[in-house]
Amino acid sequence: MPDLLSHAPSGTARAHLSPEARFRRWAIGLGVATVLAIALFLTWSLLGNLAFALTLRGTRIGAIILCAIAISVSTLAFQTVTANRILTPSIMGMDALYALLQTVMVFSLGATAWITTPEPVRFVVELALMVGFSLLLYRWMFTSKPGALHLMLLVGIVLATLFRGVTALLGKLLEPSEYTQLQDLSFASFNRVDPTLLAVAALIIAASIAVLWRLRHTLDVMALGRDTAVSLGVDHRRVTTMVLALSAVLVGTSTALVGPITFFGLLVVSLAYQLVPGAGHGRLVVISALLGTLVLVAGQFVVEQLSGNSTTLSVVVEFAGGIVFILLLLKGALK
Amino acid sequence: MISIENVSQSYDAEVVVDNVSAQIGPGLTSIIGPNGAGKSTLLGLIARLQPLQSGRVSVGGLDVSSTPSKQLARTLAILRQENQVSLRLRVRDLVTFGRFPHTGGHPTSEDRAHVEAALERLDLTSLADRYLDQLSGGQRQRAFIAMVLAQDTDYVLLDEPLNNLDMKHSVAMMQLMRTLVDEDGKTVVVVMHDINFASSYSDSLLALKRGALVAHGSPEQIMDTDVLESVYDMRIPIHEVDGTRLGLYFGSPQGARIS
Repeated sequence: MPDLLSHAPSGTARAHLSPEARFRRWAIGLGVATVLAIALFLTWSLLGNLAFALTLRGTRIGAIILCAIAISVSTLAFQTVTANRILTPSIMGMDALYALLQTVMVFSLGATAWITTPEPVRFVVELALMVGFSLLLYRWMFTSKPGALHLMLLVGIVLATLFRGVTALLGKLLEPSEYTQLQDLSFASFNRVDPTLLAVAALIIAASIAVLWRLRHTLDVMALGRDTAVSLGVDHRRVTTMVLALSAVLVGTSTALVGPITFFGLLVVSLAYQLVPGAGHGRLVVISALLGTLVLVAGQFVVEQLSGNSTTLSVVVEFAGGIVFILLLLKGALK
Repeated sequence: MISIENVSQSYDAEVVVDNVSAQIGPGLTSIIGPNGAGKSTLLGLIARLQPLQSGRVSVGGLDVSSTPSKQLARTLAILRQENQVSLRLRVRDLVTFGRFPHTGGHPTSEDRAHVEAALERLDLTSLADRYLDQLSGGQRQRAFIAMVLAQDTDYVLLDEPLNNLDMKHSVAMMQLMRTLVDEDGKTVVVVMHDINFASSYSDSLLALKRGALVAHGSPEQIMDTDVLESVYDMRIPIHEVDGTRLGLYFGSPQGARIS
């Protein structure tokens, strides 16, 4: 039978671009744009002591880049193992969990004891707790028979609200002075990042992403659905557990650096899927990391330099991300 | 040889598979039975998609509960009824995944040859560069079966492979199963609803009812009015046409009663 459809013109000229060419085009475009944005951020209206200003901005941009990559890549892998395009570690309440753990540590150990602990030690302890509790809370949800998506979304929202509620309650029970110290810990922002912490975070993020990168082909197979993945010899439970643990590490690290940004991961990963349809996880990792960095660096630049700090970056990102979230829901992705 | 020993499975106190023991030898075996008989569950258990609650299953001498999943994936392939893919894939990409158990994510030229052969066998060569979401239900079904063939395992398990297929493609699919058995020496197990398709092409039939094994034998043995009544609770007259036993269930007086 002659295949009539194959002769029909399909879509625009862009649709004819092979996935390889499309990926190359976007990777180069985003790469150049990201480098330009970083250069602009570092050099825009530099005044006074050059070395001092550059170090200050360099630390800040380091934090932004780390955070962007950590959130983008963890969201990508998380969505694959949880077999949906709506849930992200943040939406499931992972960053709220991190804030809760910080508060509980201050509450049980006392602010002074906890804050005077060397920063890297504190950080590693927090991350270990974060991984433990995340696996405890989320593993059963995603390794047993996958439940309905709206049920999991609901569970995530309930968990996040619960974590924030308990965090607030414990905060109120603290001594005012301890509470202030706690706030300094949990409301870190791009503007004040400790260089030691930054180095530790860079190491942890690099190691986690290296593991996810090695898993990229396995993640492609996981995207075929649980049963097909098992049939192709993937240990579904083990890979899901690994990705959940790595997501906990990445989200914890980026929350420690800059605080929670709920919808950022969703925004970046949805866009990445749109830009390179048909790409596997190797390419998706590259595109989402570049896209995430570009969005955060450019956003921070606009907020700081052009709007004169009249708003904060998280407000802007949450606004755009929230709109994408609603659009995805409306498009019927939540079926 | 697939060996099933005392396998039982229940979900929320409801018994889905009830103490089934069977030896499935080489050839084409069809699992038949009414809705809710546990056919798909049993197939999934053989392919270690769900952990076994009790009993033992071995495929080609490999215990499915203890053999590493990757090793099993070179012996056994299964295709479920519903397959949703969250990546946007071209047909050739999907079929290439069949080679994953052999070479991970880095297909060699030998893998590519397997992929092209599988595409060819399912008449998909002209569609190989199409995206899955541009295909009809039947074409998608064939693409997934091509993936299973590319996996090149001795044991192939298919859950209702005739789903979504028209008459022509159904017949072609069953003929392909026969070639897999007769020429490639594979053991093929399929879940089937149409007893006449099952009877015409299978070497043996395995009948389940409410989770229990009711009958297991050759099409001649199972395609019998009394045996089928014990499986389906309806009397199906059997007619032999050109050497094949066919059940004419359309006019069965009890066929219309839905209990």
